[in-house]
Amino acid sequence: MGNDQEFIKSVCMDAQDIERAITRMAHQILEVNKGAGNLALVGIYTRGDLLAKKLKERISQIEGVEVPLGALDISFYRDDFMTHFAPEVHSTDIPFSIDGKDVVLVDDVLYTGRTIRAALDALMDIGRPAKVELAVLVDRGHRELPIRADFVGKNVPSSSDESVRLFLEEVDGIPSAVDILEVGPGERAGAAPLQLRKGE
Amino acid sequence: MAFPHKHLIDITEYSRDDIMLLLETAAKFKEVNERRIKQVPTLKGATIVNMFNEPSTRTRSSFEIAEKRLSANSLNFGGSSTSTVKGESLSDTVETLCAYKIDMIIVRDKHAGVPRKIADLSGVHVIDAGDGKHQHPTQALLDLFSIWEEKGSFEGLNVGVVGDIAHSRVCGSLLPALKIMGANTVAIAPPTLLPARPDILGADEVTSDIDGVLPDLDVVYMLRVQRERLEGAPFPSLREYNQLFGLTQKRDALMKPDAIVCHPGPINRGVELDSFMADHPDRSVILDQVYAGILVRMAALYLLLGGSNDGIDA
Amino acid sequence: MALMLKNARCIDPQVGLDEVCDILIRDGKIMEVGHGLSMEKGVERDLSGKVLTPGLVDMHVHLREPGYEQKEDIASGTRAAAHGGFTAVCAMPNTDPVIDNAVGVEYVKARAKDVGKCRVIVSGACTKGLKGEILAEMGDMHAHGVRAFTDDGHGVQDAGMMRRVMDYASQFDCVVMPHCQDDSLVGEGQVNEGVASTRLGMLGWPAEGEELEIARDIALCRLTGCPLHIQHLTTARGLDMVRAAKAEGLPVTCEVTPHHLFLTEDDITDEYPTSLKVNPPLRTADDAVALVEGLVDGTIDAIVTDHAPHTDWEKDREFELAPFGMIGLETSLGLVLTKLVDNGIITYERMIELMAVNPRGILREEPVRLEAGSVADLTVFDPEQTWTVERSGFYSKAGNSGFLGAELKGKATDVFVGGYATMEDGAIVE
Repeated sequence: MGNDQEFIKSVCMDAQDIERAITRMAHQILEVNKGAGNLALVGIYTRGDLLAKKLKERISQIEGVEVPLGALDISFYRDDFMTHFAPEVHSTDIPFSIDGKDVVLVDDVLYTGRTIRAALDALMDIGRPAKVELAVLVDRGHRELPIRADFVGKNVPSSSDESVRLFLEEVDGIPSAVDILEVGPGERAGAAPLQLRKGE
Repeated sequence: MAFPHKHLIDITEYSRDDIMLLLETAAKFKEVNERRIKQVPTLKGATIVNMFNEPSTRTRSSFEIAEKRLSANSLNFGGSSTSTVKGESLSDTVETLCAYKIDMIIVRDKHAGVPRKIADLSGVHVIDAGDGKHQHPTQALLDLFSIWEEKGSFEGLNVGVVGDIAHSRVCGSLLPALKIMGANTVAIAPPTLLPARPDILGADEVTSDIDGVLPDLDVVYMLRVQRERLEGAPFPSLREYNQLFGLTQKRDALMKPDAIVCHPGPINRGVELDSFMADHPDRSVILDQVYAGILVRMAALYLLLGGSNDGIDA
Repeated sequence: MALMLKNARCIDPQVGLDEVCDILIRDGKIMEVGHGLSMEKGVERDLSGKVLTPGLVDMHVHLREPGYEQKEDIASGTRAAAHGGFTAVCAMPNTDPVIDNAVGVEYVKARAKDVGKCRVIVSGACTKGLKGEILAEMGDMHAHGVRAFTDDGHGVQDAGMMRRVMDYASQFDCVVMPHCQDDSLVGEGQVNEGVASTRLGMLGWPAEGEELEIARDIALCRLTGCPLHIQHLTTARGLDMVRAAKAEGLPVTCEVTPHHLFLTEDDITDEYPTSLKVNPPLRTADDAVALVEGLVDGTIDAIVTDHAPHTDWEKDREFELAPFGMIGLETSLGLVLTKLVDNGIITYERMIELMAVNPRGILREEPVRLEAGSVADLTVFDPEQTWTVERSGFYSKAGNSGFLGAELKGKATDVFVGGYATMEDGAIVE
């Protein structure tokens, strides 16, 4: 796993920061889309799905509307399948038609943009949304593709030998936080979860 | 942590965890197969050769669909034994294929051991799609998938395999796979259709009395009577075979209420199965097996080719 | 010209000899065996540290000529024999054309005389074309020197036909050597029926397919009185039948190969190594143990190689399509020394009986003894030399050995046929 080669350099969001950011993003999403009427949330495994769930709950509190929620697995759409490969696959679970919907893709950390590229491809194979927007908790820069987020919890400047990770109490068993970690030589500075699916 | 295998040739090289991961991955591919666009770009750019040196419609079609749904480039090579007909050796054929710069060979051959030989010669990934009377691992995996979906687990499950066990490559993989997964196995056949040592394959019990064991079975796996291979006349007539070993409506009463019936296809109706059993809405999972074939083959391609440029050489 | 072999440990159970001494050879014959011998002029060879025995004979070899010279020919096969320490081989008749008449016999003899590096004892077919249908001209072949008849490669399927073969042969001074294989039981069998056939998913070659014909041919030996020599025996029960026949006083002998002694069906891995595809097939570990016992207790008369060369391209293919057989001439002595003599399972004396004395007896050849007057067919080996079996070390054209990579102790260094060196210091004398 390479956990041993990483250690926490700094905490850039604590649990309260995360909650506040989610509340703000929920408001922004509703504002931009003029309410929740045609909205659908699709979170990207793993972590984006959990954030999407939080956003759905927050929107429900604010607007009193239950927004359709789905989870998207991009394993089959990755561009590094032949080189970096984790065999576990999550099932894409979008229990509603996304045709004509205003879909908000949700992920934890926006980095190179490759995950979002894959997610867009995956989404387009599933249906034809009216519009797709992107919401991320953290934008850490270093884009390799022309992709930007519509809703950002926090912009976190980082170096490419650092890893920015989201921990959530409900799955990781430690207080929720966004941490910056040092990446050991040969490790990837991705945003994959440090502990795998502990709550599952 | 890529998948710890380069090939799928001998099911006995796979651990219980390996097989479970493969089945779980197969389940994840259901979502892809139930969409309008039944294709994902995962294997874009990978070249897979379907080298079928023996006639096969079902297995080849199933592999082709799996490859196409994963966006691999696939090439059907062989047909009616190209190399043998023209006198080319297997080694030369494989070297020719490798000169095309390919990533995987799916091989069906009437001779045992050919997939291993191709793996050694080619250095690319190899999946055994049936070699002689030896093994047919993806068939065993799809059988396991169907059983798993119906029964939820394998531990302690009583599985009876009925028919031509001696000449069946399906059995060559299925019996050992069932043992790996913790099931109890019974080989049921006339002695003329049993291999010399069924225990080596993984049969816990061997009997020629189907009625004696039927009440205990959770899964009844009926093998096809290979009419084309009955030259030695291992039993007097299809009629007598049906009476002694056929899963007929009459035997339904002997079976557990929740026992299921599997068959690798194509079915000889009236020989090993009658229509009552073949089409039984609660018992027969035969069409589920066909679908499972696509799923496990997609999973095998996905797991074997995933991370394959990562220096993994299992 | 005289030849003096000095200081070898000379062993010959026929004359009760086992001591370091000198041997003086003149005109192809042993003149004198003794200590501190001298001669006026001639060649002297110092063989200190070596063992010298009566020349070894491999009574079951496929030289492949005429017809299959791409696999082996008389020139290469007899060089392989000399390199392995043999002074004579018995050539099997399953060539193309089959050696089933005197013309074929004379051809092989002539070729051997021209290009051979050891004596070639020609065996003839029992039935025309090895088909098991009509008698071959055994009488004419006998008149041309053939003393052994075999349809090797095939069992004679019909019991009545086999009776006719043995009845007819019994009028001559000769031996009939069956390859015991009942085709109706063996069919397309590839490997031993049992664990190997099940594990590898190939048709089985059951022990009973061999044993049934051994039992039948022993019964026919009793009926006809014709001397019988069972070729390449592989099973414990087959051995018991020979043991019983000998106890009964029947003229029955038998042979085994190093591969059936030292390899088993378990060695056929899922790599499907075609070099281990042999006929009869490699049997069980229990069978191999029984065969070793048979060597020790005297039931088995001879160790033979069934040297069966094939080209690389014939062997490098699907197991079920590859031909049966492995080569053995150049590994036989090393294997026997390493696995039987060095381990103390058999003595040098017993080895010499199995590889020199008995084969000559069974084939009605003149005995070779380490005593004055005997033909100087001699084998010299270094019992301490360790070596690795490698393809590049073979004089045979073929490389289909099941023992490649084996580490052996003991190797032939010098071979003399009729007083002439065919091998010196491990190299063939051209």
